[in-house]
Amino acid sequence: MINIKIDNKEIQVAPGTTILDAAKTVGINIPTLCYLHLHDFNITNKPAGCRMCVVEVKGRRNLAPACATDCHEGMEVNTHNIRVLNSRKTVLELILSDHPTDCLVCAKSGNCELQTLAQDMGIRQIQYQGEQSTYREDTSPAIIRDVDKCIMCRRCEMMCNDVQTVGVLSAVNRGFMSVVAPAFEMNLDHSVCTYCGQCVAVCPTGALTEVDHTNQVIRALADPSKTVIVQTAPAVRVALGEEFGMEAGSLVTGKMVTALRNLGFDYVFDTDFAADLTIMEEGTELLDRITRHLKGDKTVKLPILTSCCPGWVNFFEHQFPEMNDIPSTARSPQQMFGAIAKTYFAEKLGIKRENLVVVSIMPCLAKKYECQRDEFSTNGNPDVDYAVSTRELAHLIKQANIDFNILPDQEFDRPMGESTGAAVIFGTTGGVIEAAARTAYEIFTGKTLEKVDFEQLRGMDWIRHATVDFDGTPIKIGIAHGLGNARKLLQDIKDGKSEFHAIEIMACPGGCIGGGGQPLHLGDTSILMARQKALYSADSGKTLRKSHENPYIQQLYADFLGKPMSEKSHHLLHTHYFDKSKPAEINE
Amino acid sequence: MANIKISEQKVQQIEAICKDFNNEKGELINVLHKTQSLVGYLPAEIQEIIAKNLNCSVAHVYGVVTFYSYFTMIPKGEFPISICMGTACYVRGAEKVLDEFKRILNVPVGQTTPDGKFSLSCLRCVGACGLAPVVMVGDKVYGRVSPDGVKDIIKEYKQA
Ligand code: SF4
Ligand code: SF4
Ligand code: SF4
Ligand code: FES
Ligand code: FES
Repeated sequence: MINIKIDNKEIQVAPGTTILDAAKTVGINIPTLCYLHLHDFNITNKPAGCRMCVVEVKGRRNLAPACATDCHEGMEVNTHNIRVLNSRKTVLELILSDHPTDCLVCAKSGNCELQTLAQDMGIRQIQYQGEQSTYREDTSPAIIRDVDKCIMCRRCEMMCNDVQTVGVLSAVNRGFMSVVAPAFEMNLDHSVCTYCGQCVAVCPTGALTEVDHTNQVIRALADPSKTVIVQTAPAVRVALGEEFGMEAGSLVTGKMVTALRNLGFDYVFDTDFAADLTIMEEGTELLDRITRHLKGDKTVKLPILTSCCPGWVNFFEHQFPEMNDIPSTARSPQQMFGAIAKTYFAEKLGIKRENLVVVSIMPCLAKKYECQRDEFSTNGNPDVDYAVSTRELAHLIKQANIDFNILPDQEFDRPMGESTGAAVIFGTTGGVIEAAARTAYEIFTGKTLEKVDFEQLRGMDWIRHATVDFDGTPIKIGIAHGLGNARKLLQDIKDGKSEFHAIEIMACPGGCIGGGGQPLHLGDTSILMARQKALYSADSGKTLRKSHENPYIQQLYADFLGKPMSEKSHHLLHTHYFDKSKPAEINE
Repeated sequence: MANIKISEQKVQQIEAICKDFNNEKGELINVLHKTQSLVGYLPAEIQEIIAKNLNCSVAHVYGVVTFYSYFTMIPKGEFPISICMGTACYVRGAEKVLDEFKRILNVPVGQTTPDGKFSLSCLRCVGACGLAPVVMVGDKVYGRVSPDGVKDIIKEYKQA
């Protein structure tokens, strides 16, 4: 252990501890801006570029960046003397001198780390007036880049390159002209961006934000000729409360339903219903492939890969198109919901699909892109009209003057609001495959699964594997979250080294609980842990915990679809994938 | 610019350069340097080939290409014009000479005229300070160039 003194407090730390972390242990929070540390994932962005975290170290001539300076025996550190404070203010004012001051109308307002710093440091004027760099705004189907607000912390680059290995973003040009941009400064929609939104999730400023669809939703709700229905993804209910000051991991399903009803939605439904449906389709496909494989059919492709994450779908369409025939053909729950809503449910209501507006509340930015894909619309009318993020829903609720915290709990509407415990765990890494295993087990063995909790599939490790015993038949399962980890498993398949029967992949670290549209966790991964825990407790709190037991799903098959993988199912609930590996084009 | 096609032979040569550096990501700058000496410039297509061979993202390659002013994505003109911006030349009016080239050719520094004839670039001291201001066209050196003399230099090559 090393002995050091920070602000006259004597402390002991392990060798290799940074001043920043050492200070934290005694309640001293040194401000940071470029630094980002995702503890449970072992991800750190430490370019030591912004100099916001400078401290004075006795005996050193220059101030030291606390985020990138290790403690030494006998070190004496001062984190807030006048020299340090002045230096930090200068740094901040210099950053602000090349930053638009449109805080009031910025999408990140209230959530912006730069704004918070300016507030905390009591900046009241910006002494340095200089030329401001300007760059065109780039609007893609899901993400807006407003590079004028970029402070070059390069956190987004770290997420996109190191964690996701997508490699869209890089710092380009020099000095005043430097920006973070895709290759050849193309727009995002010309790049191999997956719209996972992880760059948006870590951007400290308004430089990267989601495309906002709240106004379209408000307009639809105000239109008397439209019936407007809403679906909510599983991960939303364990995160939405944070936007209203609740503790991370608060399960707010009942309040969320009430809020949506108060907003004026005609029917409040649940994506979880469609998640149960996904298990029926995907699980059947999985069993079909595995059974044929076990019987020696050499034409079956194994492992089967889950396909409910559109960020992941974009990834393999761009980077592994030669493997387009391996993932399940099942659509994502969002799209299954939309397809059933605009056929089965519209028929039930006796209205035309054009007069039914389907809104989805998603933890995800890739879903914004997904619902705009051509193959998910009929005669130009999309199955899902608008995908709105958890953060956008919070804005909608606040605009409607709803005091979320004191709302009573209400229940989802029927039929498309009923779901099982298997569906709610779709929101976390490991959840989809566990849900599939519960149903596949019973169909495969013809027996009742007594212990529904597959502990071996749970956790937060990047890549996990487990063997599930299907009554004597071992089924090998792999799980990866984060696209960099998915890439590893894909490469193994490509090299013929994969031994799995089935693999679950989610693009975002943690799965959808860590999606690009969720309340920002600012690097505190304990928030993701809390959300995950809340999903598992929501699951165990349900009476029905296997998708095929959902009575409304059974009825849907009886009345409308026939059976899983029927012709109608294929038409409405399955899809196919495209080779999107086209080389980059250049913006002229 | 999008449709420049480089020959199969060039592609192989570029791949060989990457291989000489063990397809090491860390050798990107050296690979770019060698490639630019071979091809003259680094268009998007070439950056993609290099990214693939070194197993890094195209965005990263582009980031490096745009960071160092030495690298260029624009093919040099048939007659590359360089204006010395070293101290001696600068003091003796090199900037006015440059402005005149820009005006007549109607291209900014670092660009090539649409007909592919002339490209414009700036240099550091070329060691001929006694002749300042100095302009070079290809290997030919012009000394004591005045703004008025610019059109004559261009004329020489227009006919060529
Ligand atoms: S959305 Fe994902 S893939 Fe696209 S730039 Fe951001 S991190 Fe990269
Ligand atoms: S876009 Fe955001 S995350 Fe990326 S470098 Fe700029 S400020 Fe940082
Ligand atoms: S993991 Fe979930 S939130 Fe992230 S891209 Fe996939 S579906 Fe969207
Ligand atoms: S936070 Fe330490 S240098 Fe940016
Ligand atoms: S300064 Fe131009 S040749 Fe030396």
